[in-house]
Amino acid sequence: MTSANVSNLQVGNAGDRQRAVEVVVPTHGRDVSGTIAAVDSRAASSSQSASLVKAEVRGLDFYYGKFHALKNLNLAIYDKKITALIGPSGCGKSTLLRCFNRMHDLYPDTKYSGEIVLHPDGLNLVGPGIDPITVRMRISMVFQKPNPFPKSIFENVAFGPRLRGIKGKDALEAEVQRALKGAALWEECKDRLQDNAYRLSGGQQQRLCIARALASDPEVILFDEPTSALDPVATLRIEELMRELREKVTIIVVTHNMHQASRVSDYTAFMYLGELVEYGETPQIFQRPKKTMTEEYISGRFG
Amino acid sequence: MAEPIAQPASAPQASGVSTPVRARIDRRSVPISERVIEFGLFLAGASGVLVTVLIVGTLVYEAVGYFREVPILDFLTGTSWGPQFVPASHGVLPLIAGTLVTTLVALLVAVPVGTIVALWLSEYAPTKLRESVKPVLELLSAVPTVVFGYFALLFVIPILQTMFGWVGYELGGFNMLGAGLVMGIMIVPYVASLSEDAMRAVPKSLREGAYAMGATKFQTCVQVVFPAALSGITAAYILAVSRALGETMIVVVAAGGQPNFTMDPLQQAQTLTAYIASVAKGDLPVGSIGYRAIFAVGLTLLVMTLFFNVGGHWLRQRYKEAY
Repeated sequence: MTSANVSNLQVGNAGDRQRAVEVVVPTHGRDVSGTIAAVDSRAASSSQSASLVKAEVRGLDFYYGKFHALKNLNLAIYDKKITALIGPSGCGKSTLLRCFNRMHDLYPDTKYSGEIVLHPDGLNLVGPGIDPITVRMRISMVFQKPNPFPKSIFENVAFGPRLRGIKGKDALEAEVQRALKGAALWEECKDRLQDNAYRLSGGQQQRLCIARALASDPEVILFDEPTSALDPVATLRIEELMRELREKVTIIVVTHNMHQASRVSDYTAFMYLGELVEYGETPQIFQRPKKTMTEEYISGRFG
Repeated sequence: MAEPIAQPASAPQASGVSTPVRARIDRRSVPISERVIEFGLFLAGASGVLVTVLIVGTLVYEAVGYFREVPILDFLTGTSWGPQFVPASHGVLPLIAGTLVTTLVALLVAVPVGTIVALWLSEYAPTKLRESVKPVLELLSAVPTVVFGYFALLFVIPILQTMFGWVGYELGGFNMLGAGLVMGIMIVPYVASLSEDAMRAVPKSLREGAYAMGATKFQTCVQVVFPAALSGITAAYILAVSRALGETMIVVVAAGGQPNFTMDPLQQAQTLTAYIASVAKGDLPVGSIGYRAIFAVGLTLLVMTLFFNVGGHWLRQRYKEAY
């Protein structure tokens, strides 16, 4: 019975960084009832308040055929926080991310074992009897390369709501507008909603994909290296957007970019060869990693 | 050697007009064997163009001779065809009607069936099954069309006659419906194979995007994969139209041999191609009106095919997706 003892440090607040704060990774912890930590509160580091846990990965193993890609992972994903998964290529971070919305089910010869429990209702995302579509209705995803559908901007965003049975022009329009505003794209394209999505720039396309993900009212959004195909300015806009979105949804982001992880995330998990090496608050991972391997990776000595 | 290097710097205006790299190569430095090969390749490429030009040239030349004797308006608006009869009639509309009806019937079979087969092969079929079904399907397009013709005449039409017999309609032994249906079956592999290629070329990222939104397989197919592949699928449909317009043996064998100005697929009729095939057997004296009529009909067919191809090309451009 471990409660997730978390102290909220503000990234960039040098004074708070000095305090050693540990994220306890609950293995079988059920206590997720702690008060919601005041995000970004500068005084928060003194009060040992616990964040709400949105999802718990418990003893997760994943196999591509005979290849053991994820090995006994245990970690907690905190509600309305950004969790970054980092590690060298092939470490399993994308594989872990894609377990959350069961993308592996699209391909043959893949196997999950263990649990990913989604709170508050305790749905086991990778449970054998769970329909992947039920999971994907609650957990949305933004991909590495912007992948808008070859449809109009409006239809791209309306795709999710339509699948969820929202009909009628007014209801859809309201939903599309809300999502585009959420993705900071409304002002740029409110007059061209019927244009083909491919006429947008790369950065706009990625924000459109974020809008598309938002329109389905997800509880968690998975970002799979969302800025690796974008220029620095577009990258910053996406990062800014992610920090805004954190108010509303839980975010898990896979990134190859150390600076990105330290800039945007609240928690960082460092993975290597399918194992979780270290997991903690982002400032701690980047300032005072406990494992030598983490330190070496972060300082660019391998990877 | 110094000159081409200095050029961009000394003449910045010239950089706007991009000179093809090939033009900068000094011809004298190319070995003779390279130039022989290059010339050989040019000849090979040119021969295709040359043959096309010759065919069109012959068609136009003989057709012009025909239209000197028959006013083009009579040819295009006349509803009775029989240039070698006495008195001769020169209205091509019956042949055009026959061609359009058989083509339409064929497309009504080939387009839906071909598309569904393609969708199944591309999205639903397990890899192993697809790899064995596709070659078999493509084998269907290797069956000689005369075989399809007899299949229509001796198998499909008798079945149709029985079925129409149930509703009290007496169907003739030759009709456009039977010929068109079998023609459609013949075209299915072309549509299926090309459409499947187009759907499989849709990037995985689009499918994943749809699935990640919570779409089912069917929703992904219909709402994302199909529209994304529409440009390639249109190309398959264009090929189907061209095949149907130009198909000869099936209609010669099963559609009947008399020009008949009707849009009723239950009637027998002759198509443009069937007329050419049945008349061009060498017993027409060169230069006679009947001989020239063949070329006029051939030119009509060419223009029709061209019309559909250009239309299809325009459609393809319109739906082209740059994902």
